[in-house]
Amino acid sequence: MGEIMLEVKGLHFRHQHTEADVLKGIAFGANMGQITTILGPNGSGKTTIFKCMAGIWKPQRGKVFFDGKDILDLSWEKRAKILAIVPQEHEPPFPYTVLDAVLMGRVSHVGAFSSPSKYDYLKAEEAIETVGIAHLKEKAYTKISGGERQLVLVARALAQEAPVMLLDEPTSHLDFRNQVLILSKVREIARQKGITVLMTLHDPNLAMVFSDKAVMVNEGCIASNGTPESVITEDNLKRVYGIDVAVINWNGTKVVCPRVERYD
Amino acid sequence: MKTKSPIYLLILISPFLAGWIAIFIGAYNVSPLMVLKVIAGEIAPFFGNPDIPERAIILDIRLPRVILAGLVGIALSGSGVTLQGIFRNPLVDPFILGISAGAALGCALSVGFFPEIPIQIMAFPFGIVAVILAYTIASTQGEVSRLPLILTGVIISAFFTAMVSIVKFLVDPHKLQSIVFWLMGSFSLSDWKLVKIAGAGIIAGVLPIFLMRWRLNAMSMGEDEAKALGVNVKRERIIFIGASSLAVSIAVSVSGIIGWVGLMVPHLVRMLIGPDHRSLVPLSMAGGAAFMIFADTIARNLTNFDIPVGIITAITGAPFFVYLMKKGGRESWGR
Repeated sequence: MGEIMLEVKGLHFRHQHTEADVLKGIAFGANMGQITTILGPNGSGKTTIFKCMAGIWKPQRGKVFFDGKDILDLSWEKRAKILAIVPQEHEPPFPYTVLDAVLMGRVSHVGAFSSPSKYDYLKAEEAIETVGIAHLKEKAYTKISGGERQLVLVARALAQEAPVMLLDEPTSHLDFRNQVLILSKVREIARQKGITVLMTLHDPNLAMVFSDKAVMVNEGCIASNGTPESVITEDNLKRVYGIDVAVINWNGTKVVCPRVERYD
Repeated sequence: MKTKSPIYLLILISPFLAGWIAIFIGAYNVSPLMVLKVIAGEIAPFFGNPDIPERAIILDIRLPRVILAGLVGIALSGSGVTLQGIFRNPLVDPFILGISAGAALGCALSVGFFPEIPIQIMAFPFGIVAVILAYTIASTQGEVSRLPLILTGVIISAFFTAMVSIVKFLVDPHKLQSIVFWLMGSFSLSDWKLVKIAGAGIIAGVLPIFLMRWRLNAMSMGEDEAKALGVNVKRERIIFIGASSLAVSIAVSVSGIIGWVGLMVPHLVRMLIGPDHRSLVPLSMAGGAAFMIFADTIARNLTNFDIPVGIITAITGAPFFVYLMKKGGRESWGR
């Protein structure tokens, strides 16, 4: 635990046929069994970092190391065995059952001309148990709630058996209860399975409560990097988001509250 | 694996049932039992070969026609379900993406101007060129969106159909008649030679689809997600599109343009047994075969003439599709 497993080094990215750099030298590390959260305003480059790490967009410069090995050069299949991605809530094309959806996580483990074996089913069922959605197994995953669907996608990533899990704004479409529920689940899984979790969040309070490390990104650069308490400060939030906030000590942790005038 | 419901089995045997019925119905009536006897005798000679006049009707006329119709049904709905999956698009089929029109141009050129080149060899390259054109024009930065794909498919289809019209305009009137009749879609020229050619080409096309069918589940999640799950999207799309084009081009070369089957049958089967491609692909193929045989039986027996079967599939297909969309379309597409 606590050992740096995932390391992003000097990531530069620019879209084809454009002048402006989206990423200007992103570098940070993430620890095994811990949650590292990327914070930053809209358009700051959070999603681009994930797309580059996943190999979907090719960075002009920079590398991503896992356990000392560059993962950007790997084939899709090999990279999927290291990096599992939980996408933002997506539009499901067909009403697959929850079990079938989770089984898709096994694609990189199953030969091109084969179907999933008993072992693959075992792994999928195990992931479903871990996430705690066994009661939904036979349901169409188009007919469950947004929070439940997000859990299905986490289970799918777990079934992938990758040591690194990337979650792209896992709370963005969820109500307050489901936000807390899913992040608690992710933290539990990270601890239990020793998975290196990297996620993006909008809410600095959730980041404060659930992360072990925080990385603040602004205009394609790292603005701050360290413990959540050292990153989520009044100064940093003012500098990056341009708003006045109060960071208050409460019950051993810190709470962020925007300073807005009250009208009575 | 999931427990298989009776409906699964029913769809799987439906082509055989349809084929049996198709053989004993016709201008010359053959008793249903006789059909079984003759076919059983042919497969396993110890059942005895009843030497009767019906034998020739059953074995040389009706059986090859039924098998050919079945093969074409397999090709059309097998590629329909594949294309719907990889493009995660409910509205695509080989007809809409231009494969049929492209293959038709190849065939028309072969019939009209290059009779020395077998039409199957002309159909495939034109079919695949059509779908590659539709795909590349519709894609922006590697991503293919739903609506542009349909639109470019329609444009490509129109273009190739216009080219076919030019061929029809220029070709000599004797050949024109055969091109026109063939384009309407018909199995009236079936014989065992055609069955062998179509069988080889269509099976070569649908076999990779059948073997790789589970991967269609992951591919239907969209390009980025499929990549993140470990699928080499570019390579596998090429395989699926190439295999579909081969099967459809061969189907078009033996039976002309038959619409609706590739769109309709996968939808119907998906409503009955769910979206998992492991069952959906083989059952769509079986359902397509049964439907094609059924439609051809109607085409053969409705009037004294052999009506082009493409007309029957369109007449039964269009209202059926409207019914499906009103009733279960939403559920089947998860919205």
